[in-house]
Amino acid sequence: MRTLLNVTVLFLASALGLVLGWLILDLPVAAVHLPEQVTALLEMSGVVHPVTAVLLNFRGYDTLLEIAVLLLALLGILALPRHVSDHQHRSPSANPVLQTLTRVLAPLMLLVAGYVLWAGAHRPGGAFQAGAVLAGAGVLLHLAGLLPAWATPGRTLRAGLAVGLLVFIAVAVALMAQGTLLQYPLGWAGALILMIEASLTLSLGLILAGFYLVLTDSRTRV
Amino acid sequence: MIFDLLLVAALLWSAVQTLTTPDLFRAVVQFIVFGLLMALAWARLDAPDIALAEAAIGAGLTGALLLDAVAHLHKKRREQSP
Repeated sequence: MRTLLNVTVLFLASALGLVLGWLILDLPVAAVHLPEQVTALLEMSGVVHPVTAVLLNFRGYDTLLEIAVLLLALLGILALPRHVSDHQHRSPSANPVLQTLTRVLAPLMLLVAGYVLWAGAHRPGGAFQAGAVLAGAGVLLHLAGLLPAWATPGRTLRAGLAVGLLVFIAVAVALMAQGTLLQYPLGWAGALILMIEASLTLSLGLILAGFYLVLTDSRTRV
Repeated sequence: MIFDLLLVAALLWSAVQTLTTPDLFRAVVQFIVFGLLMALAWARLDAPDIALAEAAIGAGLTGALLLDAVAHLHKKRREQSP
């Protein structure tokens, strides 16, 4: 019985895979050639790197919704009924070697995050990658026992979590007057994108670190 | 070419290992390995932006979260069966 079920599932899965592969090969060639359009309009976007131009300018609302979804996910985690440990939560390791190494590494990771953010304008990089590096620094600091877990985020932390989305929405609303969502005025685009990306980096770093630092504190106590 | 073939083989192998191993901890470690190999594959496909994101979020943060979850599960299991 069990084997029969396994064989059926295997058969169905491989059939689905084959059909999907065949359909993808069968797709017609795209009518619009997007890379050329991006290259043609790159000068107007305020940045030199095409990926950043698409993410923050041509399809800015995709990025706006992405940060909203991430913030929503963290709010969902915060809304879960959690058993916050009443004793001061000790981190798993207080190894002095790890702590010293982390103290050296954390400022470097901050520097790298800043560089990746700045580099986003003209080479691979940008807010999401920089935010991930920041979050990594946060998780590392917690694991080394230097940063306590977030039992209940305070006012400053909450402001930091929201600032990326708020700045993005504020820019979008301010530009609504000219009729199109997130169409930056020429000449201002570079500065606006940098401002949005900087606040996005801060928020993303805090949100992604929050996924770890909030969840890790909610130990179910028996 | 040889490198690409090796990369594809390693990707498939780590994916199968992740899904089939009965030990959760091993599965998570294999998942992280898969994420790092995937980042290499993206870099080979000339998509360094996605490679960066995959290495940082796919392998790093998700891996840390999953490891934490496995540790919680182990602790719970030990408390339930003394």
